[in-house]
Amino acid sequence: MIALSDCLLLGAVLFCISLAGIFINRKNIIILLMAIELMLLAVNINFVAFSHFNGDATGQLFVFFVLTVAAAEAAIGLAILILLFRNRHTINVAHLDTLKG
Amino acid sequence: MESVLFYLFSAVLVGSAVAVVTVRNPVFAVLFLVLAFFTTAAIWLLLEAEFLALVLILVYVGAVMVLFLFVVMMLDINLVPLREGFIRFLPVAILVAIVAFAEIAVVLGPQHFGLEQIPSPVAHAADYSNTKELGRILYTSYAYPFEIAALILLVAIIAAISLTLRRRPDTKYQNPAVQVEVKRNDRVRMVKMAAEKKVSHREGASS
Repeated sequence: MIALSDCLLLGAVLFCISLAGIFINRKNIIILLMAIELMLLAVNINFVAFSHFNGDATGQLFVFFVLTVAAAEAAIGLAILILLFRNRHTINVAHLDTLKG
Repeated sequence: MESVLFYLFSAVLVGSAVAVVTVRNPVFAVLFLVLAFFTTAAIWLLLEAEFLALVLILVYVGAVMVLFLFVVMMLDINLVPLREGFIRFLPVAILVAIVAFAEIAVVLGPQHFGLEQIPSPVAHAADYSNTKELGRILYTSYAYPFEIAALILLVAIIAAISLTLRRRPDTKYQNPAVQVEVKRNDRVRMVKMAAEKKVSHREGASS
């Protein structure tokens, strides 16, 4: 039988992998966006697992909303990425310093 | 049987997640992310979240990841400078990941959330519909958040289109307002001129 802790630890492993991915791919915006998608996926696994073990479908509903927001985020993020590439001809994060922040 | 499948899918999921963040070519990273989503959908099926598993495949693999793939293939990226710092930050990244995982595992480990503490729920009857149950909650208790979610998607559409819309001055396009407004005088000009004399065909050819 699957225990709740198995699902939670799977989500934790996924989250930590994407955290490490943000560290090692900090120059590449595309991989950064994909690491964020993986993080959201890890959170969703936790939601589904709690929903299953508590017998409450509300958790799955929250996954629904998270998916909605994640889709919107991916669309806008990729639009900004295309705009950046069109104007600067690079997606290297190190070169995106025109705001002097 | 269930737990064997679960561990198998978990291994595939973790492996593909590692490949997403370490592989050199972004196209392969996107494809490994697709594999990760498929495997997650399988795990959600094991957890009796059938509707969300299918939505994950249809919406995420079918729409969002295809969008990613389009963008990755459209951009002509020089990969070499994007990889700098990969080796340098690898030990730090592994250290942070292990520490974070250890902290999460202390809190969420089997000693608190194992089968003894939280027993596995009874499987639903054969006529139980996950989609129906979700729809019942969504359209009653959460109707207002549902509409806000729709609005967020609308905002995302408008933002994405207005960000990437590019007007090219040399493009030829029709303006329907001008087409509708046009009058006869704008198109047709009546010309009065004297009738010409008829010239025979052979004469015209010889001269």
